[in-house]
Amino acid sequence: MKVFSVALLALSLLSTPVMADEYVIDKKGMHASIQFRIMHLGYSWLWGRFNDFDGEFSYDKNNISASKINVTINTSSIDTNHAERDKHLRAEEFLDVEQFPQSSFVSTSLTMKDNGSIELNGDFTLRGVTKPITIYMSYLGEGNDPWGGYRAGFEGTTELVLADYGILKDLGPASKKLDLFLSIEGIKK
Amino acid sequence: MSIVNTKDSYGIVAILLHWIMAILIVGLFVLGVYMVDLDYYSKWYNLAPWWHKCVGMLVFFLLIIRMIWVMINPRPEPLVTYKRWEILAARFTHALFYILLILICMSGYFITTAKGVGIDLFGWFNIPALGSLDKNQAELSGEVHEIAAYVMLLLFMLHVCATVKHHFLDKDATLVRILKPINKKERST
Repeated sequence: MKVFSVALLALSLLSTPVMADEYVIDKKGMHASIQFRIMHLGYSWLWGRFNDFDGEFSYDKNNISASKINVTINTSSIDTNHAERDKHLRAEEFLDVEQFPQSSFVSTSLTMKDNGSIELNGDFTLRGVTKPITIYMSYLGEGNDPWGGYRAGFEGTTELVLADYGILKDLGPASKKLDLFLSIEGIKK
Repeated sequence: MSIVNTKDSYGIVAILLHWIMAILIVGLFVLGVYMVDLDYYSKWYNLAPWWHKCVGMLVFFLLIIRMIWVMINPRPEPLVTYKRWEILAARFTHALFYILLILICMSGYFITTAKGVGIDLFGWFNIPALGSLDKNQAELSGEVHEIAAYVMLLLFMLHVCATVKHHFLDKDATLVRILKPINKKERST
């Protein structure tokens, strides 16, 4: 019996490949955000964010290019701090949240540049349209938190053209695209 | 000329409330249908909803005053020439008008205040919000607002048809007595 359990232990160790650490985005403590800004008439930045999203990533600092991330956004959680505008943004003309309640990003590959910046490629789905995009990420830090966990954090930015995702409302020449900002802190599982 | 209602006649206050509200409500309906499809660069894009909200809240106040006025005043008796079904139909139509108006006013208020921000009435004072009551508050209120408004359009057409019937076919005092206070003799013609 003892021999058997030792064998089982050995087997289980052997069968576990060396894997990157798995992290879940700290949604509960909200140490993460998905924000965007879009030009208003070319005169100022209008900022907004998605309040409800979820995601996971795997990351190993010794093998960064093997990292993976996926994030799901509940589009109805869009918040620009203005009730009527948010209602309009949820409507068919913009996010059409009734038909497309979720938006997602699933990474496909990752390259680390010499200067330390990370190019994260992946498929971004918005309003039912999936397109490959590149998010320019940077690694901010990792380590133990004071409460017994282990955390790692990144930030990233990318640019989206509204018309690419079927949002054709004319907001003016300065407002055809928006900047997306991701701030991600993960807790190791 | 009576300020208050009598058993024979509507008073000046009731008559004024009827016509002021009628004009404002027809205006609000037209403005509402017009403003939702405005182009972002239209000069009315901000102004039309502003007028719609301010005048709408004004109608809400008038509605409350009118309902109190109806309750504390005698109800002019139906004309003797009215048939029983006509009296019932009129009662039903009038009651439905009140119900729809309450629904439309409240739902309109709940769209704008969905994020807890009040409505500034013509810059005179701020009507406070009751807070965000539901996640789908803006959408739900928007649906109620639109559907109730179109139902009221049908009811309005019925109301006008009935007026035309009474004035030109039955040749009774129905229209006259909402235009001016009348005496007992005029009432019976």
